[in-house]
Amino acid sequence: MRLLRIFPDDSKFRFVRWRVLSFPFSAAISVATIVLFLTVGLNYGIDFTGGTLMELQSKSGKADLASVRETAQSFETGEVEVQEFGQGGQVSLRFRIQPGGEPAQSALVTRARAAFEKDYEIRRVETVGPRVSGELVQSGTLGVVLSIVSVLGYLWFRFELQLAIGAVIGTLHDIVLTVGFFLITRQEFNMTSIAAILTIVGYSLNETVVVFDRTRELLRKYKNLPTDELLDLSINSTMSRTVMTATTTALSLLALVLFGGQAIEGFANVMLFGVIICTYSAIFVSSPMLIYLGVKTSTRAAAEEKAALAAKAANVSRRPA
Amino acid sequence: MLYFSTWKTVAVLALCALGVLFALPNVLPQSVRDAYPSWFPARTVVLGLDLQGGSQLLLEVDGEALRKSRAVALQEDVRRALREARIGTTAITLSGTTVNATLRDPAQLAAALEKLKPLAAPVASSLFGGAGPAEVDVNSRDGNVVTATLSEAGVQARIRSAVDQSLKIVDRRVNELGTVEPSIQRQGADRILLQVPGLQDPQRLKDILGKVAKLEFRLVDLSMPPEQAAASRPPDGSEVLQEDRGGQTVPILIEKRVMVAGEDLTDAQATFSSQDHSPVVSFKFNTKGAREFADATQANVGKPFAIVLDNKVISAPRINEPITGGQGQISGNFTVESANDLAVLLRAGALPAPLTVIEERTVGPGLGQDSISSGTRATWYAAIFVVIFMFATYGVFGLFANIALTIHVVFIFALMSLLGATLTLPGIAGIVLTIGTAVDSNVLIYERIREEFRAGRSMVSSIEAGFRHAFAVIVDSNSTMAIAAIILFLLGSGPVRGFAVVFLLGIVTTVITAVTMTRMMIALWYRRTRPTALPF
Repeated sequence: MRLLRIFPDDSKFRFVRWRVLSFPFSAAISVATIVLFLTVGLNYGIDFTGGTLMELQSKSGKADLASVRETAQSFETGEVEVQEFGQGGQVSLRFRIQPGGEPAQSALVTRARAAFEKDYEIRRVETVGPRVSGELVQSGTLGVVLSIVSVLGYLWFRFELQLAIGAVIGTLHDIVLTVGFFLITRQEFNMTSIAAILTIVGYSLNETVVVFDRTRELLRKYKNLPTDELLDLSINSTMSRTVMTATTTALSLLALVLFGGQAIEGFANVMLFGVIICTYSAIFVSSPMLIYLGVKTSTRAAAEEKAALAAKAANVSRRPA
Repeated sequence: MLYFSTWKTVAVLALCALGVLFALPNVLPQSVRDAYPSWFPARTVVLGLDLQGGSQLLLEVDGEALRKSRAVALQEDVRRALREARIGTTAITLSGTTVNATLRDPAQLAAALEKLKPLAAPVASSLFGGAGPAEVDVNSRDGNVVTATLSEAGVQARIRSAVDQSLKIVDRRVNELGTVEPSIQRQGADRILLQVPGLQDPQRLKDILGKVAKLEFRLVDLSMPPEQAAASRPPDGSEVLQEDRGGQTVPILIEKRVMVAGEDLTDAQATFSSQDHSPVVSFKFNTKGAREFADATQANVGKPFAIVLDNKVISAPRINEPITGGQGQISGNFTVESANDLAVLLRAGALPAPLTVIEERTVGPGLGQDSISSGTRATWYAAIFVVIFMFATYGVFGLFANIALTIHVVFIFALMSLLGATLTLPGIAGIVLTIGTAVDSNVLIYERIREEFRAGRSMVSSIEAGFRHAFAVIVDSNSTMAIAAIILFLLGSGPVRGFAVVFLLGIVTTVITAVTMTRMMIALWYRRTRPTALPF
């Protein structure tokens, strides 16, 4: 039986050479994202802005958007977003935060329920007060920062500072581009998006660590290989695994996009994008970065030292036997 | 040598059996689980509110209101203490949480300080008999001003105990409404998370929880017409409240001193008045309350007294004769429902401070059901995609990975049932995602085996080397993932935390299933077939 093989064996692609293209490309996109972030901004969901979200399902199977909008506007202060989604008369309403603190949000929900109850099934109501939304912004930001710092610490402990920095640069790159995805698609950015970003952080590091683990191993083996060749060798020899894992992960996320339903589709889309970006950045961003981080000398010295120690330890343990 | 000892095989198989045993209740119907012997694991995964439908309210204890009411009470305490000691004052004012009492005669300063000293008693003694923080700091300034300030530590201790007390009262009120299996948890320093599965409209719940329900019996002050008091300044020790009289509110002047408070009630029931059959609330006092009520009514026969609920006067009847039986009726503009609500509130007791709903999330049963079915469908499709792909790539080794993958999902459910963890919609997404990433460990091992074999090693030694080399990178890559998942767990709440739990459990089980279990299967397969070439 001939089995499936996506990536050829014994490849000798010169991956790191592509940095002349990948670095400017990534830098340009990152800068564009930051500019967009500062000028246009994310489409924050009610988790972060506060406000009220309602999802209605028309009992007759057809939603009258105009009348829903009119009714909603009649008791609401400010703007209200009304959208139809899915098939068969599903409507989502998003109210801004009402002046008058928490009780005012509650009062709005009461009025909205009463107004729509007759013709629509109320599928979901979420109200987030101004205080909670402020805290969610805080904990979301803290989460992303904290994860990067602790991972940096872990990798420093397990690898080398240079490798850790390379991995974290790759991860930052992935976060920025994921935010870019939110900016371009105008997909709502909420607490689930933070979960997606943290998962992408995990996945991105996972990808990079696999390549760097090989780099570390090869450093011990080939002491005189130039850094770029060494990195190419690392990437090539882990490439079939990278492709495999990216494929299986992408396949399951694809199942989530296609069959997971509207409530989870957003998360799945972001993750799918993230997996592609992470795979790209592990190969074309974090790895070539090592050329500039001066990994060669210090890591080699450390690797040699470790090897010497290991040899010594092996000798010692062998003696009694 | 590729060797997997018998006892290890037995241990792995036993672990699998345990996993199946604990995961099994999730797919069995309720009737079968009920028929289980009692020692048998019958716990299932708890579905989050976003999957089973229901309401969730995040309530905050209003610390500011508590601070204010403590300050007002302190002002009254100072006033009373100084009056009892016959120490004349020109003014007793409140600024923030500080009471300033200006003495008429500076010579009485020492006496005043002495008199106020008991106010500075510690809030609660600590575990080792030492005194806790003093609730009030008593000081003097300018030679004739005595100050009493609420200490921050004291206020914080009050807020803490207020949250504890609120938890109990919320529990009682919610249970009085007959809701099914509500979950009430403390969250952070001053919050209460209330979850009620199956509840569609939390409006009535919000109404019931939105009231403090502080009931007081106080005398009506007749020394000044209430309109005049409202327009100018009410006499010291009295205040103007509003009374609801048949739909319109009228001002009424009430003494600040409380004759009897609602905490001395033992029972309250909604009934009908024997005179005009209108809805009323009848109540009973405990011994202390009955005695106080009897004394107060005896001393004030002929005068009106007010029944005050949350600073609103319900009614102000005249005391015709001393009420000594410790029982009474509250009449007012009640409907049957509002009389019933008041009885519920009085039975459950007053909240120490108002509760504010700061977050509310409700999911209808239809949406929950849809989420479950689409989540299940996505999980199956993901599994099928991955299983086919793994088999197509690695042949019999892929089959091993697929078996390990199945056990991995079984383990996730087993652990979640065992821990009583909650499965949310993002949690389902987490399961789907781990199906994709779980095989990563297998892929790492297999690719390494393949490399070693192509480099000229024998079958056995390349399999050995593959496992050995891949192990370090499996640990490193999964650790970084786990760090992200742990942080998500610590910071997230509700559904997002559900995702973190699944993701974290998935990382743990994948290391076990992909490394140990696959190794066992490959060892057994090798012993049986003695192959000379890799099947992929």
